[in-house]
Amino acid sequence: MLDLVHEERASIELRGVVKRYGEIVAVDGLDLVVRPGICFGLLGPNGAGKSTTMRMLTAQTLADAGTIHVLGFTLPGESKRARMAMGVVPQQDNLDVELTCRQILDVFARLYRVPRAQRPAAVERALEIANLKPRADTIVRELSGGMRRRLLVARGLIHRPRLVLLDEPTVGLDPQVRQELWSLIDGLRADGVTVLMSTHYIEEAERLADTVAVMSGGRIIAQGTPAQLVSAHAGREVLEVYGPPAQLAELEALATSRGWRHRRSGPAVALLAAEQLNGEAPAGVRRPANLEDAFVALTGQEIE
Amino acid sequence: MSVIRSRADAPDTVSVRPVRRLEPAALAGVMTRDIVLFKRYWKATTFSSIVQPTIYLLAFGLGFGSLVHNVGHVKYVEYVATGVVATAVLFSSAFPGMFNTFIRWQFQRTYDALLAAPVDVEELVTAEILWISIRSGVYGLAPLVVGLAFGLSLMPGMLLVPLIGFVTGFGFAAFGVLIAAVAKTIDNFNYVTSAVLTPMFLVAGTFFPISTLPSALRTIAQVNPLYHCVALVRDVSLGTFATADFVHAAVLVVFALLMWRLAIWRLQSRLID
Repeated sequence: MLDLVHEERASIELRGVVKRYGEIVAVDGLDLVVRPGICFGLLGPNGAGKSTTMRMLTAQTLADAGTIHVLGFTLPGESKRARMAMGVVPQQDNLDVELTCRQILDVFARLYRVPRAQRPAAVERALEIANLKPRADTIVRELSGGMRRRLLVARGLIHRPRLVLLDEPTVGLDPQVRQELWSLIDGLRADGVTVLMSTHYIEEAERLADTVAVMSGGRIIAQGTPAQLVSAHAGREVLEVYGPPAQLAELEALATSRGWRHRRSGPAVALLAAEQLNGEAPAGVRRPANLEDAFVALTGQEIE
Repeated sequence: MSVIRSRADAPDTVSVRPVRRLEPAALAGVMTRDIVLFKRYWKATTFSSIVQPTIYLLAFGLGFGSLVHNVGHVKYVEYVATGVVATAVLFSSAFPGMFNTFIRWQFQRTYDALLAAPVDVEELVTAEILWISIRSGVYGLAPLVVGLAFGLSLMPGMLLVPLIGFVTGFGFAAFGVLIAAVAKTIDNFNYVTSAVLTPMFLVAGTFFPISTLPSALRTIAQVNPLYHCVALVRDVSLGTFATADFVHAAVLVVFALLMWRLAIWRLQSRLID
């Protein structure tokens, strides 16, 4: 059972956070609250400010304005306390390539102040999480991309953090490794660990996140459960109409004049919330609306 | 992939632990990596630290020494053997300071990983410098060991040489980190090596006394921290310790502290944006 008095406080709370790089505003008045025990997905196209937000949570990037609290600690002043209690899995592989898996995990067990007596067990457990026991004494340079990513995840979990930040955890991985990581992340949440995950893979957010926030232009433009976001921004059904380009352009013009929500979807035009079109709908293929439809409707951007 | 055990059974010690600056646990954690690599590469390191002064002693001590027998009252071989202690310290501290920092920070991105853990820039920089300077202090003894084979006599004052090497190495390792922090690319190190380190190593009283130099160069040599290291090492190793050596020691300590703070300051502003 959750200790409600203790756990009620948000794990992460950002208010009015701004980060500028010269003329560019990377994060633009961001408000973000992550409740304990959930998997929170930060979904957005490249350049939306996700990675900058992640770096601000470890005080590796300092906000120009606004307040940041992580696990009750005020950043950046108390960031070291916050960093002790959370685990970070970066987007970019920054493993020390000259060390073995076991040595890397041992270094981080020390850095995270795992008591000496518990260190060997913590390292073994992390090797198990990463499924790297047979490769424990292999130098990282010789590992495959998927193994390195699993080690990167295990490194961030060595001290059993109660909050884990995952920045694009499965970017560039093949489907099988991605599945493995997904079940790992799902396991974390099942154990009551709070997860904040940034991603630009719709499917990843849809599968894993309890709450999804769509980020664009340095702020959150919509937030809710995946189902809520879909029904609010793409309706229940989508009608996909296929045809030659000229016909599709005509349909787009019609849709705009009638105020139908629509988007170009590869060789088709997709009409959103098609269940509201009554008899006026052209012939096409009906399918349930999904998070991608909502995402494109919100951000105006196609995504991989 | 296996499922993770509940964290409800994990002791919640982290949040009550006091947090200070320069925590030993953070320093030790960062140094663990260096110690692991040292265990792997100590043979090569030791080999080159013995071969280098041997070459200097053969080339200068014997080659040059056939022309120059004494500098003041000191035999030339003794002069060079004690002088190249500083050379060994300089090269084993400034270069790792520059290259290790730049490679780990810019190419391997490991500094990003360390700073996401409970390690501050001050701890990271201090741990790296501390490790390099401990190594410099120990390997600074190599020229004296080689010198013994060339006729140098064992003196009790030589016990101070690792300490002098440590302080000097600390300053030059920090100098190296500072250079890495301000360098745009790794090629920029060439400017520092040729325009700063090489003259510094030659004009330090290592192979010839700076008193033979024109007065302008002599003044420059006197602000060269390496000159103070050379003078101090020579005096303690040859039993010619004098009050001027307190000044040499003070210069080395001030240089070390100054470079340490500058390195932290510059790297902080590059690592935390």
